Amino acid sequence: MDRTFNPRSRRVAPFFVMAAASALLIAGCSSGSGGKEAEEGGADASAGKADTPQMTVAMVTHAGQGDTFWDIVRKGAQTAADKDNVKLVYSNDPNAANQANLVQNAIDQKVDGIAVTLAKPDAMKDVIAKAEKAGIPVVGLNSGMDVWQEQGLLSFFGQDETVSGEAFGKKLNETGAKHAVCVIHEQGNVSLEARCAGVKKTFEGETENLYVNGTDMPSVKSTVTAKLKQDTSIDEVITLGAPIALTSVQSVDDAGSKAKVATFDLNKELTDAIKAGDIEFAVDQQPYLQGYLAVDSLWLYKNNGNYSGGGEEPVLTGPAFVDKDNVDTIAKFAAKGNR
Amino acid sequence: MTQATAPAASSSSSPAPPAAQKDGRTAQRSLGRRVLARPEVGALIAAIGVYAFFFAVAPSFRETSSLATVLYQASVMGIMALPVALLMIGGEFDLSAGVAVTTSALTAAILSFQLTVNVWTGVFVALIVSLAVGAFNGWLLIKTGLPSFLVTLGSFLILQGSNLAVTKIFTDNVASDSIADMDGFDQAKSLFASEIGIGGVDFKITIFYWLAFAAIATWLLLRTKFGNWIFAVGGNKDSARAVGVPVNFTKIALFMGVGAGAWFVGMHLLFSFNTVQSNEGVGNEFLYIIAAVIGGCLLTGGYGSAIGPVIGAFIFGMVNQGIVYANWNPDWFKAFLGVMLLIAALVNLWVRSQATRR
Repeated sequence: MDRTFNPRSRRVAPFFVMAAASALLIAGCSSGSGGKEAEEGGADASAGKADTPQMTVAMVTHAGQGDTFWDIVRKGAQTAADKDNVKLVYSNDPNAANQANLVQNAIDQKVDGIAVTLAKPDAMKDVIAKAEKAGIPVVGLNSGMDVWQEQGLLSFFGQDETVSGEAFGKKLNETGAKHAVCVIHEQGNVSLEARCAGVKKTFEGETENLYVNGTDMPSVKSTVTAKLKQDTSIDEVITLGAPIALTSVQSVDDAGSKAKVATFDLNKELTDAIKAGDIEFAVDQQPYLQGYLAVDSLWLYKNNGNYSGGGEEPVLTGPAFVDKDNVDTIAKFAAKGNR
Repeated sequence: MTQATAPAASSSSSPAPPAAQKDGRTAQRSLGRRVLARPEVGALIAAIGVYAFFFAVAPSFRETSSLATVLYQASVMGIMALPVALLMIGGEFDLSAGVAVTTSALTAAILSFQLTVNVWTGVFVALIVSLAVGAFNGWLLIKTGLPSFLVTLGSFLILQGSNLAVTKIFTDNVASDSIADMDGFDQAKSLFASEIGIGGVDFKITIFYWLAFAAIATWLLLRTKFGNWIFAVGGNKDSARAVGVPVNFTKIALFMGVGAGAWFVGMHLLFSFNTVQSNEGVGNEFLYIIAAVIGGCLLTGGYGSAIGPVIGAFIFGMVNQGIVYANWNPDWFKAFLGVMLLIAALVNLWVRSQATRR
């Protein structure tokens, strides 16, 4: 019994010593380059504020937690909400049934409008019908381009993944690539598959898909390296997300391959990589715009009866290409995490 | 070596005194039998099988540089699988191990960036945070008497949520800012994420750390008093306490070991990829446990080795990359992986039952 370790008596003192030591260390070791001090500030986009009565909009997405892309969507939505005197209630859940529950929750709260993603349209069908029955206008964003009209949504903001894949394929034809590998970082994700299928449709060379585990970077890196070694004729790596693209650049290097890397979606490190020439180009579907327009359109509908897209056609936010020619303009927006 | 260490491991796995060698009831077991009774032998046979299989079907798998790639993936997983395996031998689980890696990397990145300090400061503070997380897990387990499954499930959720929320508070984004241009980065990169060229092939430094850590863990487990304590607390906690094993100390130390591993792998992630997304690492805790189980650790504790999870991680890496090298239809990727892992586990089980049969 006596020999049993008592964590309380002996650990407190060393802990304070460690804390004090680390405080001293922090004070003494400032970095001469980089870091927060080096990053220049800049005001976020703002366009004044509407004096219309406050309304509440619920945005319900299928995003997983902590995903850079969805964070940008949310920032766009929040900017529009601030401008329009809208109270934005944001929620998300990758599980379709849970997402439907979140929409039901918004209906229960009697919000003035709902913006929703339709990654799994069938699961959302009933609850969206309920919202419409309750007189709440619903707009779609990001995913669900083929079903938004039949489900009675007011408008839709996003990019047609197949169309953007096709544009990507055409761009690759210009660069002279012959054999591409399309890296899918989430197996079973419909829109990622659609992008690769779109590329396959227009790209004149050969393409094949490669599945990697997108939440485990060392595994992404070694799987792409393995693929490049297995087939040395691959001269183009297509990735579907910015962090995956940056990792693939290292894989190309590791494999001693001559392949180039091009990607869908942006982030701030990616714009630097385009500047440096490590990445050929990126297709941006402008997530900020998707979030912004979804909220703004609900405000316009309520206050001015407008139908964005005329109620007939979706409003396309992509594909917008970012390459060496225009990266300087976009980099400063990306640095704030808005592109 | 195997021959010499086998009796030590088996006697310490049960608190009862070992049976006398020649009491007439059992014959002296042959050398082969005794080798087969080692926890990692099944995994070793499975590993050889998997290696031979991919060697035969995938030409590019045969190159040394391919082996370097396989070993890299295995090493990143394997460095964490080691302390996780020791913890399992000690009778506990840690479900927070996957996100704890991300927590450590985020701590170092955000602290260095926000305070604009030398990255070594961030690295040091991240170590304290990681060890504190481990100590907290162990302390809570002992204080509450709850199963480790519950305690670490709680800390898994706490860490996952904090990773996201804290990153968002400080960076206004959900990924850490790049610290690649800050003081100390290159030094830290050379320590945690450099490459060593051997015979024209670049091997990632994690591979060497992995093997070194495995050697240390093996020594710890088989040659020290602490190693006996680990087997004892995993076998039967109450009898261990009765014979004077400091159960609480051992368990807290094992959890802190997992924290140290998470710190090391977290630093590797940070210095090889420059930024960390706050949603990374979820699900990896199961891979660490899988590697330990394939390597012969029992889910019930009290049995296992340190070299076993090394082989387990190696099998996982080979299967994962071998499917790519063999250029199989990627739609079946996960299914192939599952089948190969099951086969590995079954071979392991079969060998063990053959070995313990008289």
